Amino acid sequence: MNIKPIASVALVSAVALAFSGCASEGGAAGKTLTGSGASSQAAAQAAWTAAFQTANQGVTVNYSAEGSGAGRSAFTAGAADFAGSDRPLKDEEMGAGKFAGCAADSNALNLPVYISPIAVVFNVEGVTALQFSPDTLAKIFAGQIKSWDDPAIAKDNPDAKLPAGLAITAVHRSDDSGTTNNFTDTLNKLAPSVWTEAASDTFPAAFGGEAADKTAGVINAVTNGKGTIGYADASAAGSLGKASILVGGKPLQPTPEAAASILEHSKTVTGRAANDLAFSLDRTSEGVYPAVLVSYAIVCQTYKDASKASLVKSYVGYIAKAAGSAPLPASIQEKVKAAVDSIK
Amino acid sequence: MSQQSMIRADAEPASHHHPDPKRVGDRVFSGLATGSGVLILVILALVAAFLLIQGTPALLADPAKLTAQGYGPFAEWVAPYVFGTLWAAALALFLAVPVSIGIALFISHYAPRRLAQPLGPSVVFGLWGAAVLAPAVQPMWAWLNANLGFIPLFGGQASGTGRTILTAAIVLATMVLPIITSLCREVFLQAPKLHEEAALALGATHWEMIKMAVLPFARPGIIAAVMLGLGRALGETMAVAMVLSGGRQISFQLLTSENPNTIAATIAQNFPEAFGLKVNQLIAAGLVLFVITLAVNTIARWIVARRAQYSGAN
Repeated sequence: MNIKPIASVALVSAVALAFSGCASEGGAAGKTLTGSGASSQAAAQAAWTAAFQTANQGVTVNYSAEGSGAGRSAFTAGAADFAGSDRPLKDEEMGAGKFAGCAADSNALNLPVYISPIAVVFNVEGVTALQFSPDTLAKIFAGQIKSWDDPAIAKDNPDAKLPAGLAITAVHRSDDSGTTNNFTDTLNKLAPSVWTEAASDTFPAAFGGEAADKTAGVINAVTNGKGTIGYADASAAGSLGKASILVGGKPLQPTPEAAASILEHSKTVTGRAANDLAFSLDRTSEGVYPAVLVSYAIVCQTYKDASKASLVKSYVGYIAKAAGSAPLPASIQEKVKAAVDSIK
Repeated sequence: MSQQSMIRADAEPASHHHPDPKRVGDRVFSGLATGSGVLILVILALVAAFLLIQGTPALLADPAKLTAQGYGPFAEWVAPYVFGTLWAAALALFLAVPVSIGIALFISHYAPRRLAQPLGPSVVFGLWGAAVLAPAVQPMWAWLNANLGFIPLFGGQASGTGRTILTAAIVLATMVLPIITSLCREVFLQAPKLHEEAALALGATHWEMIKMAVLPFARPGIIAAVMLGLGRALGETMAVAMVLSGGRQISFQLLTSENPNTIAATIAQNFPEAFGLKVNQLIAAGLVLFVITLAVNTIARWIVARRAQYSGAN
């Protein structure tokens, strides 16, 4: 008997809530920014949107981490106001008038907003620190070095007590990913004689090894396995050991500083507008941790909708200042700021 | 043939016994039942049409174009996954079917009534396979590899994580076990009591009675149950994606890191980052899975229909 009044009260309040929800959403419709793209940026974007929305009441920023490829096609089709992508748009993807959300004569801009070192993580009983020359690392992931007591590993690590006869299980990503692309590019650039395959989102099938789904899958497999080694975003490494990479004889750890400095040593892609900051990464410079993922925000130079332009300007301007797991070097920050200011 | 027509002849008079064939309730129910049946067929046809339309660009594309923009020439790309799907499902059934039939027989013919009640199909999977089972079986797999490695199935280099196709098959087996068990149990319970009692009266032991009276009667039901389990195993996605270290190799080795991935897991893992022709190619792989599942179900129906004629049912 008592149920009825309570139910109706609940119903009324639910309806009221629903309507108020509709109302506020409708009111803020002009102030909603939609982004889509790289899952590598997902955690950072969540933090950025939360902080940005707190500072700018009434603005809603939605970032759906569906993957770089999905983000780029959503941006091109005009479904997203900006894209997050683990690589800049290629020359053939660029061009005025190709982007539905941009003005007819506007090209897209590639702006680096997120730099993240890719760590080589390992789980070998009794070993806490390891370092690898690029050749050794490439041979491990190519399946040419199969055991932890291999002379090549011992040569790189004269002080480590390597377990005898323990097989190496090298774990890679089973799904397509920007992390794999940047890691294989690193091996290809630093150890071209061993790593003969070009950089690719898909780990080369020719090299075999253990496969795991997404970053979390790789970390789980390495953590739960025996004699395992893998690569993953450094922020996800947790308590796993992170190997140093020997560049010019010097061991480098995947620190934010060593990663960010790669942009200072790299040149932008030639033949683009002055404001376009698509970098072609130079992974072989001295003192630069080579396995780095640079993730971009892809925006319009000129938006069709002026209100979108001002929203993108303030949001992307904000994230370039806040930066991701590795802060942008000051010189790059200035360039990004200049590019953001030029958005119309 | 003659028995089938007899069954029909039996069934027909039953419909004449309805007091009033034009009752509203009957007509509504008949309409609803027919409608639901048609709806299922329509949905199935729409799924097939979607897969065909979206998958065709990849099926018709020039192999060179697929190499550049997709995952590589279609047949060559999909073959390991087809193999992996069938291989993993076969292993899972190999593990699950004997256990299922045993459990079902136990519940239906051995267990005391009280015990038989609460054992229902309920299972929790999730991360269990990857986080608990794989590390737990890894030492066992390493031992098998070291001591029985001369058998090709156990050869190769044992995985350091235990995330092999044998582990995935165990997880799949655990997932199909309740399906097969509950269906088998229902079939076993329907075995004619008269036959069972007659067998016992003739001096058969309990097991002989089951062999003579229950299993022949239940055979088509068991096959149907196994095929339903197979359907589940073929299409299972996330459990495989999380547990299996899958690649693009056709390999019968059970204990290595390099296993053939399944179609469903491949689609799930690659779809989020796929675009353009890659999406078409993944959907075309889905079409292949659709055809395989359809073929399995058709074969199962055919077997059941064929066997039904001379089962011990009548």
